[in-house]
Amino acid sequence: MNLLLVIIIGLLYTAGLYMMMRRSFVKVIIGLILLSHAANMLIFTVGRITKGNPAFLNKDGAIFEPFSDPLPQALILTAIVIGFGVQAFAIVLFKRAYQTAGTDDLDEMKKTDED
Amino acid sequence: MLFAALSGFIFVLLIPIINKYAKNSVGWIASIFPLALTVYFISFYTNVIDKGNSILESTSWVPSLGINLSFYLDGLSLTFSLIITVVGFVVFLYAGSYMKNYDSLGKFYIYIILFMSSMIGLVLSDNIITMFVFWELTSITSYLLIGFNHEKETARNSALQALLITGGGGLALLAGLIILSGISGSMSISSLASMNDILTEHRLYAPAALLILIGAFTKSAQFPFHFWLPNAMEAPTPVSAYLHSATMVKAGIYLIARMNPSLGGTELWNYTIMFVGAVTMLFTAVLSFKQTDLKKLLAYSTLSVLGTLTMLIGIGSDLAIKAFMIYLIAHALYKATLFLTAGMIDHSTGTRNIEELQGLRKVMPITAAIAILASLSKMGIIPLIGFVGKETVYAATIEYTNFGFLFITLAIAANIFVVYITMTVGFKPFFGKFRKTPKTPHELPFRMWFGPMLLAFGGLTLGIFSSFIIGKLINNTELGIITAKLNIPVKLWHGFTLELMLSFITVLLGILLFWKRNQLLKYVDNISFIDEITPSYHYQKLFNGTLKLAKLQSRILQNGFLRYYIMVIIISTIILGGTTLFSLGEMDYTGIIEMPGFEEIIIAIVMMTATYMTVRAKTRLAAIVAVGVIGYSIALIYIMYGAPDLAMTQFAIETLTVILFVLVIYRLPGYLPFSSTARRIRDFIIAGAGGLLMSLISIIILSNPLSSELKNYFAKNSYAIAKGKNIVNVILVDFRALDTMGEITVLAVAAIGVFALLKLRKGADEK
Repeated sequence: MNLLLVIIIGLLYTAGLYMMMRRSFVKVIIGLILLSHAANMLIFTVGRITKGNPAFLNKDGAIFEPFSDPLPQALILTAIVIGFGVQAFAIVLFKRAYQTAGTDDLDEMKKTDED
Repeated sequence: MLFAALSGFIFVLLIPIINKYAKNSVGWIASIFPLALTVYFISFYTNVIDKGNSILESTSWVPSLGINLSFYLDGLSLTFSLIITVVGFVVFLYAGSYMKNYDSLGKFYIYIILFMSSMIGLVLSDNIITMFVFWELTSITSYLLIGFNHEKETARNSALQALLITGGGGLALLAGLIILSGISGSMSISSLASMNDILTEHRLYAPAALLILIGAFTKSAQFPFHFWLPNAMEAPTPVSAYLHSATMVKAGIYLIARMNPSLGGTELWNYTIMFVGAVTMLFTAVLSFKQTDLKKLLAYSTLSVLGTLTMLIGIGSDLAIKAFMIYLIAHALYKATLFLTAGMIDHSTGTRNIEELQGLRKVMPITAAIAILASLSKMGIIPLIGFVGKETVYAATIEYTNFGFLFITLAIAANIFVVYITMTVGFKPFFGKFRKTPKTPHELPFRMWFGPMLLAFGGLTLGIFSSFIIGKLINNTELGIITAKLNIPVKLWHGFTLELMLSFITVLLGILLFWKRNQLLKYVDNISFIDEITPSYHYQKLFNGTLKLAKLQSRILQNGFLRYYIMVIIISTIILGGTTLFSLGEMDYTGIIEMPGFEEIIIAIVMMTATYMTVRAKTRLAAIVAVGVIGYSIALIYIMYGAPDLAMTQFAIETLTVILFVLVIYRLPGYLPFSSTARRIRDFIIAGAGGLLMSLISIIILSNPLSSELKNYFAKNSYAIAKGKNIVNVILVDFRALDTMGEITVLAVAAIGVFALLKLRKGADEK
C-alpha cells in the first residue's frame, strides 16, 4: 500500500498545485483543499501506516500490538480542523469578492483601487 | 556611574510633561541635566586626575551571555564625558532660544537627551556589547536629529545617508567585536588591554582589526566615508555643533584610542590608521575651498581635524598621544563655539552664505567677539589652547620620521586650509562694509551668547593654564590609549622653535589663500571631474542602483498575480529540495514495494479518478463533488489503518465543506476557461514536478528506518499519567493541550472573519 499512497500523494500535490495556479478563484480554493488533503496523506504515510488496532487502551490500561502511531494522527486531526477553518474563510471571502467585483477572475481583482 | 549613564533615559520621560506646562522654559530646565552631570564628573577630579586611579563598576545585565553593564572611568573616558556634558549644557541652553519658534521643541529635547545619554554610555562602557548598544543608539538619535526638519527632502535624504553609512559601519564593528571576544574569551575592554600579544598574534587578528576600524572610520567620517558629514549639516545648528563636531563624530576616534592598547602596535593597525587619517585630513581640507555655506565650511574643517586626530593615534608616539589629547579638547571648545556663532549669524541675518555676509561687527558685537576668540584658538594663536594643540601636533609629526617629511608636509598643507576656513567663517562676516541681508540683523539674547562665550573663554583659560590643568590630565591619569603613563610636561611657550616657525608660516599662507580666494576659485571652477571621483558620487550610484534592483525584483516577484507567487514558491522548492535529494546519492527503495490488497487498489483507483475529475470538471458543482469523493476516500484510508478518530473528523469536515461550497456557489454561472492551452501545459509541468518531488521525499523517508520513541511513551503514559484510554484524544487534550488551544484560537479567528464578511454590506463605509 505504501507505494500506492506515495503515488496518491504525488497526484494530490500535482492537482492541488495546478489548481492553485488557475485564474478562477473557485479553482484556487479547490486547489487549497487538495493541498491540505495531500499534506495530511503525506504526514500519515511517512508516520508509518500500520494495519492493525487503533491506538486505544483496553480497560486495564494495556494495548493490543500492533497498534498505529497516535502522534501523526493527533497532528493530522489538528491539521484537518485548521484546514477547514481556512477553507471556510476562503469560501466566504470568495462569495464577498464575487459580489463586489462581479467576477471569478483573479486577474480582474488584482487592482485594489476602484476605477 | 550606572546612574549617570542611564539617568538620561529616565529624565527624558519628564520632557513631555515639562513641555506641556512650561513650553517656554523647557530649554532652561533641560539644561540643568547636563550641568548636573558635569558637576558629577568633576567630582571624580581627585580620584581620577589627582591620584591617577581608574574606576570600574559593574552590574550584571545578561550574565549568561557575559553581557554586563560595566562602566569604566579613566583619563580618556573622563575627558570625553566632560566634553559631552559641558558642550551639552551649552547646546541645550542655546537651543531653547535658537529653536523657540519650532512647534516640536519638546521632541528635539527628547532626541538630544537620548543622544547625550547614549554618548555617555558609549564612552563609559567597559563591556563591548554594552558599548555597541550605545554606539548604535547614537547612530539612531543622530538619524532622528539630522532629519529633524523632516518636511525637507534634503534633510530626510541626508539623515538616511548618515544612518546607512554609520549603521553599515556598526554592523562591521559588531562582527569585529564578536571575533575579538571569540579570540580572547573576554568582553571587558579593560581586560582586553592586557592581552595585546594574544590578540595580535591570532590568525583572525587582521579581519577583526579591520572590521573594527571600518566601524570607527564610518562613525568618525574618515575617507572614503567622509561625505555624510557635510550633508548632515541639514540638521538644526545646535545639533551640528553638538553631534557633528564635538561629540558623536569623535566616537570612532574614541574607539580607536580605546582599542589601541589591545589591538595596536602592529604595522597593519598603525599604518592603516595613520594613512586613512592623513588622507582625510588633507583631502577634506582641500574640498572646503569651493564651499560658501558657513556650516559646510565648518563641517569640512571638522573632517580635517578628525583626520588629524586619527593620524595622531596611528603615529602613536608619546608626543603624538599628548598632541591627540590637547587637540581633542581644543577642537571641542572652538568648533562647537564657531558652529553656534554661525547659527547666531544665520538666526539674525537669515543667511549662511558667506558671500552675503560682511560688516556685522557693529550690529552683533558680542557674537563677533566670541567668534573671533574661538577663531584665534582654531588658527593656533598664542595664548589659546588651539595654539598649544597645533604646536604639539607639529612637534609630533616632525619627530615621526618613518616616511621622511611626508606627514609634517601634509599637516601644514591641511592647516593652511583650516586657517583659510577660519578666516572665512570667523572674520569675514564681521569686517568690512555692511551689506544688506535677508533679515535685519540684531544682537541675540543672553541665552544664545552665554554658552558660546563660556566655551570660547574656556579655550583661553585652558590655554593660559594649560600646564596645570591639561598637563596633569595627560601625565597623571591612566589615559587608556597606551598602557604606560605619559611623562611630557605641557607648556604654553616653548621658546622660538621650529614648530613655532611652521605655525607662523601656516597662518601667513592661510591668510594669503583667503586674500586670493576669488582669483584661485576661477581655476578651481574649471576642474569639474572632481565630483566624479569623490566617494559620494559612487555612494549615490550604489544607492540608486540598489533601489532600481529592488524595484526590478519586486516587479518580477511581487507582480500581483497569485499564480506567479505560487510558481516562484514551487520552483524554488523544487530547485532547493531537488539538489538536496540528488546529493543524497543511491538509496535502497525495495522496502516500500509490496503487493497491495484488493480493497486498497479499489480506493486508489477511485481517488485517482476523482482527482482527474476535479481538475477537468466543466462545472463547479462537478468539481466539488469530485473533491468530496477524494475526502471520503481519505476517510476510508484512515479507517483501514487504525485511525477511527481521523476518519470521523474527515467525514464530518468533508460534508461541511461540500455543503458550504454548494450553498455559496450554487447560483453562480458556469466555469469560464481563462487560460490558454499552452499556459495549462506549462502549469501542469510545474505542478507535476512539485508533486514528483513530494513523492520522492516520501519514498526517501519511508526507506529510512523510523524509531518512534514517542509512540511507546504515549502508549505507556496515556493512562498512567493522563487517565485516558484513547491515546490520540489524550495527546490532543492533555500532552499537547496548548497546541489544541492554538487550534481553537485559529478557528475562532476564522469564524469571526467569516461572520464579519457575511455581515459586511457593500458601501457600508461610504455612508
